[in-house]
Formats: sequence, C-alpha cells, structure tokens
Amino acid sequence: MAEIVLDKVSKKFPDGTTAVRDVDLEIADGEFVILVGPSGCGKSTTLNMIAGLEDISSGELRIGGQRVNDKAPRDRDIAMVFQSYALYPNMTVRENMAFPLRLAKLDKETIAQKVEEAAKVLELTALLDRKPANLSGGQRQRVAMGRAIVRQPKAFLMDEPLSNLDAKLRVQMRTVVSRLQKQLGTTTVYVTHDQTEAMTLGDRVVIMRGGAVQQVGPPQELYDHPNNLFVAGFIGSPSMNFLTAKVEEGTLRTALGDVPIGDRIRRELEGADAPRELILGIRPEHFEDAELIDEETGRRGMEFTAPVDIVESMGSDKYVYLSVEGERATSAELEELAADAGAADFSGAGSNLVTRLSAESTVTEGEDRRVWFNLEKIHLFDPSDGRNLTLHEGRAAGTLAD
Amino acid sequence: MADTTTRAKVRWGLLDVAVVVFALTPVLWIMSLSFKTPATLTDGKFIPREWTLENYRTIFATDQFVRALINSIGIALIATTIAVVLGAMAAYAISRLDFPGKRLLIGVSLLIAMFPQVSLVSPLFEIERQLGLFDTWPGLILPYITFALPLAIYTLSAFFKQIPWDLEKAAKMDGATQGQAFRRVIAPLAAPGLFTTAILVFIFCWNDFLFAISLTSTERSRTVPVALSFFTGASQFEDPTGAICAAAVVITVPIILFVLFFQRRIVSGLTSGAVKG
Amino acid sequence: MSVNATPAGADVAADGTDTRSGRQAVLPGQRDNRGGKPPLSENKRAERRLGWLLCAPAALVMLAVTAYPILYSVWLSLQRYDLRFPAEREFIGLQNYATVLTNEFWWTAFGVTMLITVVTVAVELVLGMGLALIMHRTLVGRGIVRTSALIPYGIVTVVAAFSWRYAWTPGTGYLANLFSDGAPLTERASSLAIIMLAEIWKTTPFMALLLMAGLALVPEDLLKAASTDGATAWQRFTKVMLPVMKPAILVALLFRTLDAFRVFDNIYVLTSGANETSSVSMIAYNNLIRGLNLGIGSTMSVLIFITVAIIAFIFVKLFGTAAPGSDDGERR
Repeated sequence: MAEIVLDKVSKKFPDGTTAVRDVDLEIADGEFVILVGPSGCGKSTTLNMIAGLEDISSGELRIGGQRVNDKAPRDRDIAMVFQSYALYPNMTVRENMAFPLRLAKLDKETIAQKVEEAAKVLELTALLDRKPANLSGGQRQRVAMGRAIVRQPKAFLMDEPLSNLDAKLRVQMRTVVSRLQKQLGTTTVYVTHDQTEAMTLGDRVVIMRGGAVQQVGPPQELYDHPNNLFVAGFIGSPSMNFLTAKVEEGTLRTALGDVPIGDRIRRELEGADAPRELILGIRPEHFEDAELIDEETGRRGMEFTAPVDIVESMGSDKYVYLSVEGERATSAELEELAADAGAADFSGAGSNLVTRLSAESTVTEGEDRRVWFNLEKIHLFDPSDGRNLTLHEGRAAGTLAD
Repeated sequence: MADTTTRAKVRWGLLDVAVVVFALTPVLWIMSLSFKTPATLTDGKFIPREWTLENYRTIFATDQFVRALINSIGIALIATTIAVVLGAMAAYAISRLDFPGKRLLIGVSLLIAMFPQVSLVSPLFEIERQLGLFDTWPGLILPYITFALPLAIYTLSAFFKQIPWDLEKAAKMDGATQGQAFRRVIAPLAAPGLFTTAILVFIFCWNDFLFAISLTSTERSRTVPVALSFFTGASQFEDPTGAICAAAVVITVPIILFVLFFQRRIVSGLTSGAVKG
Repeated sequence: MSVNATPAGADVAADGTDTRSGRQAVLPGQRDNRGGKPPLSENKRAERRLGWLLCAPAALVMLAVTAYPILYSVWLSLQRYDLRFPAEREFIGLQNYATVLTNEFWWTAFGVTMLITVVTVAVELVLGMGLALIMHRTLVGRGIVRTSALIPYGIVTVVAAFSWRYAWTPGTGYLANLFSDGAPLTERASSLAIIMLAEIWKTTPFMALLLMAGLALVPEDLLKAASTDGATAWQRFTKVMLPVMKPAILVALLFRTLDAFRVFDNIYVLTSGANETSSVSMIAYNNLIRGLNLGIGSTMSVLIFITVAIIAFIFVKLFGTAAPGSDDGERR
C-alpha cells in the first residue's frame, strides 16, 4: 500500500494536442479518489499514466515515494479493473484470477489459497470453473475485481468499472466496491463520467475538464462550494439552474425579478473591468412552494410567480418544471456540459427552471404559482471565465453576504 | 399452429434435400467411377455393380501420381505457411497500427484479388525461365503466395479486429511482459483465425490449375490437378478413366475433411474476409 | 480505378521505398523528414516504422509478382517474340495488337468468355440467393446444408470438371445416357451449356456465402415490422431485404464477374477448347505454352488485363460498389 503523487504531470499527443495539463494531485495511503469529468477531459489518460500504459510527457509520478515514470506496468505493483473487464476468454474464472499470481511466480498452494480467499470475498466460489463467456455482466465485473484484489497490490486503478452494468446492478455494485475498498484499505483511483458515482463513492473527487483539474475536494464540498460554473453544473442531479443576470443600479435583473446583493459582491462588481452580465445559479432544492414557507425563512430569500409546466411526483418530494422568460444563460462551460449530457441540440424554447419542492405542495400543472428561493444558497458566476463570485475563502455564501 | 410448423419443416426439408443432392452428386459420381472395375466402367450406372480398389492400387504404384501428390502437398503447405505468416504481419499492422500507406496496401491487395491470373502467365513464364525458377517448387509457390495474400490479409484483419486488445493492457497490469502478454493472452485468441485462414489459403493453392500447368513442364514440380490432365493409365493402351477418378478422389479427401470438421470456421472466414473486407 | 492500378501501385512502392530510405538517411540527426508537419513523437514514429516493417514483405511479394510482370508483359507485347524462332525477335510496336484484334479466333473466344460470364453470373445470383436463404433460414439440418454447400466451393475445379466430363461421356456417363443419344461434348452449344453448368455448380456456393453474410445484416426486427405493416413475403424480400443487402450483392457480383471472366480449368478439361469453346484465358494459354509465341501471348495477357480493369471500373462507377476495404478506417 502506498500513496500516489502526481507532480505537474502532463500528456501531449504527437498531433500536438495536450490531453492532460500540469496535474498536481496527492493521493494518501488508503484513500479512495475519484477522477470525474465529461468524455475527453483527460481522466482516463491520467489513469493510464498512473498505470504505466501511457508515457508521461512531463512531470513526475511517484508511488510509495518512488519515481515510477519510466517503470513498466508490471514493475509498479498496481492492479487495474477495465471498463470492458478484459477477462481472458480462454481461461476459467480461477485461471483468470490466478494469472497475475502465476506471472509473479508464486507457488501453486499459495495461488490456490489466495484465489479461494478472493473468490469468497466476492462470492465467486461457485463460478470458479466457468469461462467468462458463461457469466452475467455483474459476475464478470466481480471476476475483474477479484483479479485485481488477489495479489494485494499497492493500489487499485479502476476505469469506469461499472458503466457496462444496468442501472440497478450498478447501484448494488457501487456498495460492493465501496465496502471492499474500506475493508482492504488499499489506495484506489477510480475513473467515471457519472457524477452520482463520484458523489457516493469517493473520499475525495477530482473534477477534470479539457485536461486540467477544476477542483479537488470531498463530494459535499464540491456540491456546496463549487469553484466555477463547470463544477457547479457538473455536480448534482438534476443539475443547477442557470439564468442570466444583468448588473444594474446595485441589483441583479433576472427573469425571477431583481435580486438584491450584499456589500461583498457589490465590491467585486465595482471594478472598471467587472462583468456587466453574470450567470445566476440556483440548485433545484433551494426553491420551495411559497405557501409552505414561514415568515422567518421567507426573509432569507425572495419570491416570484411563474407558470407551472410539468409536475413529477417522486413521493418524497416533487420535481416542478417552471417556464420563465428571458434568454438562457450561455457560456463555453455550459455548452460543454450540455453537449456531454447529449442535450446540446434539444433545449426547447425559452428557459425552464427545475425545482424540487416539498411533497406537501399542492402545485398543479398549468397554474401560475408563487415560488420562493433561498438567496443564501445562490451562486453568481462570471461568464467570461466561469469563476464563482460568491465564493469567499473557499466558502459560498449567497449574494447577500457583507 | 403445430400443423403449419410441420408443413414448413417439410418444405424446408425438401429444399435442403435438393441442395444436398445438387451439391454432392458430382462428387459421389466420381467416387463411384473410381470404385468401378474396368469391365463395368462404361455401363453408365450411377452406383457401381462391382466394387474394386484396383484403381487406387494403380495410381499409388505409379511414380507419376505419387510424385505429383508430394509436389501438391509440399507446395501448398509451404505457400500456405508463408502466406499466413506474411499476411498475419500485414493484417496485424492494418488492424492495430496507424501508419501512412495503410489504405494503399488494402487497395493493392484488393486489386490483386481481382487480377486476371492468365495475364501473369506469359510474363511469369518468361521471367521464371530467365531466373531458372521455371518448373521448380518456388516457381509455383511465389505466385500462390501472391494470390493468397489478399485473401489472408482480409480474413486475418477481420479476425484481428475482433480480438479485444484491452486484454493486452490487462495482462501488462497483471505483471506480464510484452512477450508474455502476447504468448499467453493474444496468441491463444488469434490462433483460430490463423487456422481458418490457413485452411482457406490451402484450399486456394490446392485448387490451382492455370499456374501449375503453365509454369511446370515435368514431374519435378507438377501438381496433382495437372498430372490428372496428363494421365494415360498404367500402360498406353489402358483407359485412364478409373485411375483419373481414383486420383481425383484422393485429392478431394483433404477438402472433404476440412469441410466436415471446420464448416463453421470456413463459413465465418470466407464471409468476414469477403464482405466486410 | 483498376486501369491505372498498377502504375499507381508501382508509384507508391517507389514512394514508400523512398520514404523509408529517406528516413534512414535522416534518422541519426533525429530530423523529421516530413517537411511542414509537426515533429512526430518517438512513439508515433516507432508505430509507423513497425507498420511499414510488418507490411513490407507482403507488399513487396505482391508487387514483385504482379506489377513488374504486367509491365514486362506490356514490353513483350510490343515485340515479335516466338520461342521457336528466337532469332526473329524484334520490336514491332503495336503490330501484335493489330494481329490479335483482327483475328476471328480472338473475338470468338472473347464472345464465348462474355457469354459464359454473363450467363453464369446471372444464374448464380438467382440460385445463390435461393441457397443463401435456405442456409440462413432453414428450420432443419442447417449444418448439413452448409457443409454440403461448401463441398463444391472446396473441391478442386479439375476434379469437378472430370466428374462432369465423364457424366456426359456417351456410354460411361449417367447423364449422357439419360438426356441424349449423341456426344454432347462434341457439339458447340451443348459443350458451352455443360461448361456453364460446371461453373455454376462450382461457384454458386461461394456466391451464396457472400449473400448470406449480407442476409445476416438484415435486422430481424425490420422484417417483423414489415410483416406487421402488411407486407407479403415477396414484398419483404424486395422492399426490405434487397435494399439492405445491396452492397453485399454488388461486391459478390463484382468478384464473381471477374472470376468468371478468368474461366479456364473447366474448359481445359471438358473440351480443351474444341468446337470454338475457347475462352480468352484458354487461347492466351494456347498461344503461349503450346504455340510458344510470347509476343502474341503477352498481347492477349495485356488485353485481358485491360478488359478486367474496364469491368471493375464499370462496376465501381456505375453501380457505386463500395470497393471492399475502402471504408476501412473503423469498419468494425
């Protein structure tokens, strides 16, 4: 077991593109770190560089304090789980799991014993003599995990290991992976494009975009205090609502009405080159049916009226889609996020707010409804560089902060 | 419902029988002739009235046939081996590596697959005479390799593309060297494709008549199909029909064995190579 | 496409060799030999080098045994060159072409070849489609059908030709006794019919296999959708299956047409070209090996090559046959 340190690691491809740019990351011994981002963000390349399957163009990679830039994968003592599982089709489950041990030239009894142990942990004992072709997706996934844990490597690398499973099984395997990692306490780097996996699995999450790290931190911190527009939009489901906000006469003109701002934000906006147009971000759960808000709470936010488009009752709460006028907020980050979600060419007219209201709300489709939102929880972003203006010393505190 | 399926089955069954009869009649006919005695050879009956192995004894006693059989086997095996090895190298490069000129190679091999072989007969005849390759094994092996290569490259690259190359990475992560990854993971997966290709190429070489009759002149390198056309029987006055048929059956045996045991593979090899490629 | 195939191939061979030797020349200095492009990483260069290295043997053999001889053949065709009279060898320009193209034997052979090509390919397409459907859909004995269908494909053509010859030989053959009193292989029309029968028997399975691969591409759901939309079996075949199979059909036709044009083995064994049943391959062979006339033989070789190139060109241009392999990039 060991810590993994990436020191200004970069990857340049021969055609001149930079896949990974100056990634600095210290992964502690036993830590579970998630690399997440849309496709093409460099997360898999980063993982492959740690694995030794791709060369590092510049920077240094240390595993257990030792520089391993030029070491072959076999000399790094790390195991990897592939998205396709990469099980050897010509070998049985037992042979698959024994393969790394046989390459390491362990004696037969030790191999047999270790395979049995790993199989027991993953409940594979009954399947040991089957070929991969005769296994279900979930079983194959477990064999791939078994092959990784069997030789007790310094670290596990997992490349979207659950993305080929159906939704239900994925949730189930998520807990298996999580429990296994805690049980073994092995340093793990896990790549995924699924923000739910990122939120639920990791000790820390690394969000990447265009080859660069956007933010590193525990999942909740990324959720509550996103560094920038990209992180804010990427984390959370349904994702944060974004609206344009014009700075005029000390307030913000938005489709939801004029939003007051506190001193700190005002100071930010006083500079000569300060942006005149901002992007306002509100998470769905920071809206509430105005009828259900007591006066005390009500004062911390503001209300607006909007026609109700669709109501989806989830039981525990209601997703309510509201139509609001005004243009949709645009920026490079938001477009990239939309493209990644496959929604780039399907946006409908006007803009739509997704809100998450209490189950008790009596809202119905088609009516105009008074809706309240929490000013302490909203974010303001500079559309030119995506920076979160409400962030102060790493903490977001809404627009009213002094 | 059950009635219609039974009717459908009978209908398909009849079609199947028609296909089988159509496909096998000429083969059974030449077998039948090979087992007939000289007296009954010209009776025109499909099934021999008197059975004999005399024709087989005759051909294996003649040097002409045995020599040709050795030539056929030797030339086809050598050409197959070389074509599969060269084809595998090229197919690996085509399916796995990126390099300029790749499309060109694919184009050239396609052209050769369509090339009229007879156009090569005159120049090769002259060139091989000058180089001393005329009427030698290499003189036949070379054109066979050439015309087998497109087949080998197409079939093999179709096979290679199906190999999950992630496994190579997985093996490296599991602690294998490049060599071990190839030997223990990739080679076992590539073997069936190589084997299938070898069968197809062998059938091609085994079948050739045009090059064999044009580029040979003596028993030194004549293959069986050519020897058949020159057969005269044990003596000048004997009707060679029985002997020809026996020899024909002998060279058909390997084909029938291939087809019987590797039907599935031959079908997949032919279709993947020809349609996708 | 095929017309300038060989020159193009030769060009590139020269080009490829140039690049390679060029590379070696500059390697010590680590200078990139490809002018304006950005320098390649060591990895990428290694990949290219490996790619060339792996393909070189195959490419060299193929070009050495086809490109060079066909050019040599063009050179020979411009000479009077008869091995029986080597002293009379001289350069005579296009005179051989004039001789061949005004010769009625050549044109008869050309007509025979065309006839055989058109008739056999047409019949094979119909039979092959039927066979493909049977192999693809049959409810019973699929393995047996496929196995027996492969036998004509695999069997040595000469062997099959002998089988047909003896079948039609008066006295010996079961077919001769059944259908006619005379000797069918001594009359032109019946000889040609038997040659075509032998060709069709031998190559229909190959056609069927190619078409079957096309059939496998027709999604089962599409056929179900068509039947729920009220299409009859025939409509399903013509409106749903044929359009999806079109590329496979064209490729199969192209290959079979060019292959049929080369017909030689069957004619050699069945009639030896008697009674005006020679194909172009047959008379080219006769002029060369029996007549030892290299000049005329080579002229015919070149003419056959050009004809095949024209056929391929027509297929590609007129029917838009996607040249197999042209879509290579990521075809899987």
